[in-house]
Amino acid sequence: MEAYLFYIVAAITVLSGVYLVFEKNPVFGALYLIQTMLSIAVLYILLEAQFVAAVQIIVYAGAIMVLFLFVIMLLNLNIKEEKKNALPFQRIPAILMGIALFTVICIVIKSKLLQGKGDHYTTAYMNSMGNTKIIGTLLFTEYLLPFEITSILLFAAAIGAIMLAKRKL
Amino acid sequence: MITLTHYLVLSAILFTLGVVGVLIRRNAIIIFMCIELMLNAVNLSFVAFAHYLNSMQGQMFVIFVMTVAAAEAAVGLAIIVAVFRNKETVNIDDINIMKW
Repeated sequence: MEAYLFYIVAAITVLSGVYLVFEKNPVFGALYLIQTMLSIAVLYILLEAQFVAAVQIIVYAGAIMVLFLFVIMLLNLNIKEEKKNALPFQRIPAILMGIALFTVICIVIKSKLLQGKGDHYTTAYMNSMGNTKIIGTLLFTEYLLPFEITSILLFAAAIGAIMLAKRKL
Repeated sequence: MITLTHYLVLSAILFTLGVVGVLIRRNAIIIFMCIELMLNAVNLSFVAFAHYLNSMQGQMFVIFVMTVAAAEAAVGLAIIVAVFRNKETVNIDDINIMKW
């Protein structure tokens, strides 16, 4: 059951990713990206990361993609703009490079280089405590400094976005 | 039985798609969306590692990566809007003022 669900969702994810790369209309591309993010959220639930799945839907599929669609609407792009391509020969080498990159990553995955030492957060422990509670506790104890730095980063990003959006740059 | 390798291969496929998209597309917004796709692929491998190692570090990292992605999207889209205001285009072949 879980295996079937994984294969179906993985197929949807990859397919919408392919559509995103080869879609001419940016609005449809954004919708395909939303589909990719929603199916990745389903994969997070399969991996028992419920809080991350909820944040994925709210922050990525909600906030960030609304921002993208808003900018696409604001710029009012016409589709035929991408017709004039300065580097028409870049397409096939780019796809070949992509295949080469994928092969390299697969070799690394197969070589068992990617190993780490486990921790005590097993599924039974997570279910007894609750995923959100564990994340909250870690965020305010072990990861307090990154958490505070993140607030500074968001503040700087907000100021930067406002400055760039001024009428006279 | 779904193992860690399945998730890592899926993540690799998504990352490769993002790289190919960045290389072959000419619309700055779509290139930006492909970067988001790459970030999502990396997040997926983080969560997969966290699950299969019974660890929590992967999920914590994903939350920080999402924050950085949100900040990056806000600033990047503001830059694209500013460029569009000056050049009337988001085609990166026309934005070549720094080309040698």
